[in-house]
Amino acid sequence: MENLLLQLNNISVVYSDVIQVLKGVSLSVQKNRIVSLLGSNGAGKTTTLKAISGLLKPENGKVTDGTILYQGRELQNQAPETITRNGIIQVLEGRQPFKYLTIEENLRVGTATRWGKPYRSDLEKVYHYFPALWKRRRGLAGYCSGGELQMLVMGRALMAHPELLLLDEPSLGLAPLVVIEIFRIIRRINEEEGTTIILVEQNARMALQIAHHGYVMENGKIVMEGSADILRDNPDIREFYLGMSAAGNIKSYADVKSYRRRKRWL
Amino acid sequence: MDFFIQLLVGGISVGFLYGLSAMGFVMIFKSSSVLNFAHGELLAIGAYFFLAFIVWAKLPFLLAFLLALVGCFLLGIMIERIFLRPLIGEPLIFVIMLTVGLAAMFKGIILLIWGGNLHTYPNFLPETLGINWGVVRIPPVYSATLVIGMLFLLLFGLFFKFSSQGIYMRSVADNQRAALSLGVHVKRVFALSWAIAALVAGMSGMVLGIINGVNVHDLSAIGLKVFPVVILGGLDSIGGAIIGGIIIGLLETFTGGYLSPSLRDVVPYVILVLILLLKPYGLFGLKEIERV
Repeated sequence: MENLLLQLNNISVVYSDVIQVLKGVSLSVQKNRIVSLLGSNGAGKTTTLKAISGLLKPENGKVTDGTILYQGRELQNQAPETITRNGIIQVLEGRQPFKYLTIEENLRVGTATRWGKPYRSDLEKVYHYFPALWKRRRGLAGYCSGGELQMLVMGRALMAHPELLLLDEPSLGLAPLVVIEIFRIIRRINEEEGTTIILVEQNARMALQIAHHGYVMENGKIVMEGSADILRDNPDIREFYLGMSAAGNIKSYADVKSYRRRKRWL
Repeated sequence: MDFFIQLLVGGISVGFLYGLSAMGFVMIFKSSSVLNFAHGELLAIGAYFFLAFIVWAKLPFLLAFLLALVGCFLLGIMIERIFLRPLIGEPLIFVIMLTVGLAAMFKGIILLIWGGNLHTYPNFLPETLGINWGVVRIPPVYSATLVIGMLFLLLFGLFFKFSSQGIYMRSVADNQRAALSLGVHVKRVFALSWAIAALVAGMSGMVLGIINGVNVHDLSAIGLKVFPVVILGGLDSIGGAIIGGIIIGLLETFTGGYLSPSLRDVVPYVILVLILLLKPYGLFGLKEIERV
């Protein structure tokens, strides 16, 4: 297991000292893999990412129990400034560009973890992955379309040379064709740069297509895990996330009995 | 006509100083949403640093000027480190009240050391700096002010537009969460904005001290003028602060010159109210970019 990059051991996260969101989450991520984290809203996926990246802190959240081991070092409750300098970069949900900065300035903020080092070749790399950004590089980010912004925030994260990239719902609110494009690029980044990726998604079908491994979360716990192929064929996953009956044909929502819809792995 | 041009030049150069010190105020507000009520005292501290270096230490004026700037810069960093950093995460009103306390403290320290009398700098500006084109006569202080003002403006413009550190500072002002997620050292950005704010405020204080003499009450009162300036320009616009400063400076000198010197402190506020009636967010206040 020397390929292990990140390991969460039974972590609990509490916001404002009272609201417990994660109740003993354990997961492990191998180097150069794409690991997908699935689950409904409020399951704790984003909180898991924030626990890893240290962004819990400004939101008054804390890892109260368990350890987060990254390359053998304990990372829980460290400041985001420290964690990002270890090569973990989170791409926030809902894109969050710097609206009043141009595209190129946005990308340059990605060099904050290695201030003063040359960045020209990295800019070229980002434009190579996201040619759409090149055309708009002098324009303000606030005027870009949703797809361009998603590319921008992913490119911005790439500028930091991340070892571990945490992507929070990259497909949120994007047209299906753009989603396909974004996922193709995610896979290319993983293959060409060797970046390990944790992917949080609602779009389970797309996520399981590019991921190597998947975890399913519910109510602050991991309820299922396995390689992507196995999860894709799991009858419960097929029913709850991919919208198909066990037989494989697309299921009408009306056919699902309401008591069955409610019952998951609780 | 020559009177008009003299007022114009005087107004623009004083306006530059207002604008520059307001720029410092806006920077602190943009990066950390803190209204700094100790801004006038920062102006005064700059002037007294300069006084100490030039009168007590008898340094050549250029060296004294640079040293005073460095002193202001370090003071800004110290204020952030000692007083503001422990308050990160506390309600904003605490931080704002803290700046009110800082104002009282700085004023007290200055009064303790220098007393409340008017001090003057020795006359060190060469007469050749003054401009003398026939009817147009501009005293050396004003032309020096214009040059220094534009130089600082250019320098900071370039810094914010092109340097990495300047871009990080703008990113924090724009979206603090996203900046944090990319590893921008947000606390360092706060410290740097206080340092730059103290530096430009101190610089304005020094030059105003050359023009009017150094007195802690007068200088901290000028610091209050930062408020009409930034409200006029828009609280979160650095360019607006400069233009707001020039407008207030011009209004003041023209009122003083043509109407009555006793009105010069009033008319700018009257115009301010009128402008705010028409543009409630100031001339260049934030217009949120909305994607439709």
